[in-house]
Amino acid sequence: MNVDMKRQIAANDDVLQAKASWGNALRFMVVMAVLLGLIYPLVTTTLGGWLFPEQAQGSLVRDVSGRVVGSSLVSQTFVSDEYFIGRPSAAGNDAGDVSGSNLAPSNISLRERAQADANAIAQRENVSVDQIPVDLITASGSGIDPHISPEAAELQVARVAQARGIDEATVTALIDQALENTGWLGSPLVNVLRLNVSLDDRFPVSSTTAAPLTPAPVISTASDTME
Amino acid sequence: MNDMIAIYAIVALLGVPLGIYIACALSTQPSRVDTLFRVIETPIYRLAGVNSQSIMTWQVYALAILKLHVGLILLAWLVFMCQGLLPLNPDGIPGMKWDTALHTAVSFATNTNQQHYSGQAQLSHLSQTFAIVTLQFLTPATGLAVLVAIARTLLVARPAGTVKGVGNYYHDLTRTVVRVMLPLAAVVALLLTSQGVPSSYQAAHQIEMLDSQVEEVQSIPLGPVASMVAIKQLGTNGGGWYGPNSSVPLENPTPLSNVIETASLTIIPFALLIAIALISGRRRLMMGIGAVMLTFSLISTSVVVSSERMPNAALVELSQPGANLEGKELRFGTDLSALWGSWTTQTSNGSVNAMHDSFNPMGGMMLLMDMFVNVTFGGVGVGLIGFFLYLMLAAFVGSLMVGRAPELFGKPLETREMRWISLAILAQPLVILGLSALTVAMPGAAGTSNPGFHGLSQVLYEFTSAFANNGSGFEGLGDDTTWWNLACVIALMVGRFLPMLVPLAVAGWLAAKRTAPAGRGTLPMDSPAFMGLTAGVIVIVNLLGFLPALVLGPIAEAVTQGF
Repeated sequence: MNVDMKRQIAANDDVLQAKASWGNALRFMVVMAVLLGLIYPLVTTTLGGWLFPEQAQGSLVRDVSGRVVGSSLVSQTFVSDEYFIGRPSAAGNDAGDVSGSNLAPSNISLRERAQADANAIAQRENVSVDQIPVDLITASGSGIDPHISPEAAELQVARVAQARGIDEATVTALIDQALENTGWLGSPLVNVLRLNVSLDDRFPVSSTTAAPLTPAPVISTASDTME
Repeated sequence: MNDMIAIYAIVALLGVPLGIYIACALSTQPSRVDTLFRVIETPIYRLAGVNSQSIMTWQVYALAILKLHVGLILLAWLVFMCQGLLPLNPDGIPGMKWDTALHTAVSFATNTNQQHYSGQAQLSHLSQTFAIVTLQFLTPATGLAVLVAIARTLLVARPAGTVKGVGNYYHDLTRTVVRVMLPLAAVVALLLTSQGVPSSYQAAHQIEMLDSQVEEVQSIPLGPVASMVAIKQLGTNGGGWYGPNSSVPLENPTPLSNVIETASLTIIPFALLIAIALISGRRRLMMGIGAVMLTFSLISTSVVVSSERMPNAALVELSQPGANLEGKELRFGTDLSALWGSWTTQTSNGSVNAMHDSFNPMGGMMLLMDMFVNVTFGGVGVGLIGFFLYLMLAAFVGSLMVGRAPELFGKPLETREMRWISLAILAQPLVILGLSALTVAMPGAAGTSNPGFHGLSQVLYEFTSAFANNGSGFEGLGDDTTWWNLACVIALMVGRFLPMLVPLAVAGWLAAKRTAPAGRGTLPMDSPAFMGLTAGVIVIVNLLGFLPALVLGPIAEAVTQGF
């Protein structure tokens, strides 16, 4: 064994004496918390907000006059006949209170809720229950799913067209314009808020406020729990 | 289908170069990128007063981990309770109660991210970033650091006595955070912002609903969401900004964001197979481990996907026939929700893009089994560490079967090692089943929201998720009670530190022992036969522990429903 190696081993033994002290641990923690908990979020958030200003602020939707009417990522509650309705929500369509129903398939409450929803839809759209697409009677995971299937939109065309006094072809054309995910990923879906806003922009609802109201759909609030 | 191809392709194609890069980043040899990253690393070492070149024994390494984590838990606990008095609170959210705050602090400090609260309503921007994002970086980095320390000590063949230590915790941790996690998270955060995940420090929007017949105001909470979601996905963390996690369109807005987030679930755990193969030089061993993991993963994913394609039993004849969309988002559908559910429970991530409580019984059962096994790729670092634990048990069993004294990589496995390995493996059924039994037995403690067999599944899932450091849940459970918070803290702590530190200790003990030269009777650890044995040990140990509980929960639920 030569002198260099002996020195190396001696040096190794010295380092091994190093302890894991509380001082090092706590100082390291503070440094990391500032870097990861303050600087990193600040840098990425600022950069993201600067590169993608619309998306960074909640993807807001405006009507023809420029008024903010919602977010394209958050569903809304619709009860009037002039509007397309979305999926049942366990959160009252409030992004501040997001939740799924968390009902198990074996839970009788789930069947009761779906039964009530299905009956209300069948009555409102004047169809039989077995014509309803399954997305219209199932609550989404977030409670603010902004989409319905093209079939679920198709089901509502006659009622909306009649309530607004316009022909069905016009409404169907607007549905096509409100389709999202038409690219390589995902499958095409209708953004309900966007569709309703485009209806209001073209055929303002103020002219048809005299239309009779049907009973409000049953909006489930079966979840009494939190995450 | 395109989405699924894209997700698998991203993991496979980007995982390999990422693994090579991680091996490079954690190496103690000089590299070309040193100058760049030293700009950040040198000030960190200096401010913390650590010498990153010094070497720690396994005991000092473990002690450094425990001390840092005690500090982190106390810091987070304090921030959560005092957030009402602290800045970055535009929505005026009050402090958390002590037990929820303690559970949250421990849950995030153990890389679990089990949440007994709803983030957007109960945490300030400061709590979500300063306390939570910090932990979401440091905990996976700790898992990765320990894995590399074990690999250096256990897998790299060196003569007895020359191994003086396992590495330096602060060095490994800082390198992982600065060179791997931060750059990846920043890129993913920007990509997610481009898809619509909020990046803002403003208060929530308050918006009147469009339909004038609905006199309600909806709030749209914002925040530096994208920065959190990125590291939530990459670091097998799972705790999201909004209560229902990545099912919320603000947290996972488009099919593209879903592809990015799903691929982020597994990319680092997958890349670590390659990184450890390079660090240890044991390529055949790591390929064998990868093959076992991939087999488990594909079985689980196909079971969950086919389960969720079936209709929900509660909805039969109430609509057109269709898959189980209850608790699922339309933009993902059932296949991508099932893929996510399967991967998030395999990798101990625990984020969700659909509500697991509403999965069909067979799908829900597979998620539970993924968490029992917990080494199908597994959490960042800890997945492979857990696999090594099973490997040690298999080596012991295998050696006895061929009539040799038990050994692992040429080192004798003796009573002390086997006692601790057994304890680390047996702690899992002991803690999960013990606490579940206690919870069900105490009147009013369980807080289950679904009746019958599924109620038991909810309790079992919660403790399994806590012990596996997963964090997902059957979320109907009323779990924000003092009992649930404190009981879960026990499961979280044991489930994190025992299975992580025992293999480190075993590696340290074995390194000090003399290596026996490989002979004709030596068990070849990288052979397909031995990998088959390890897979068998994993399956048998978990079935022995949990089959009775599964029969009482999801299996009974499935049978009574007719499938």
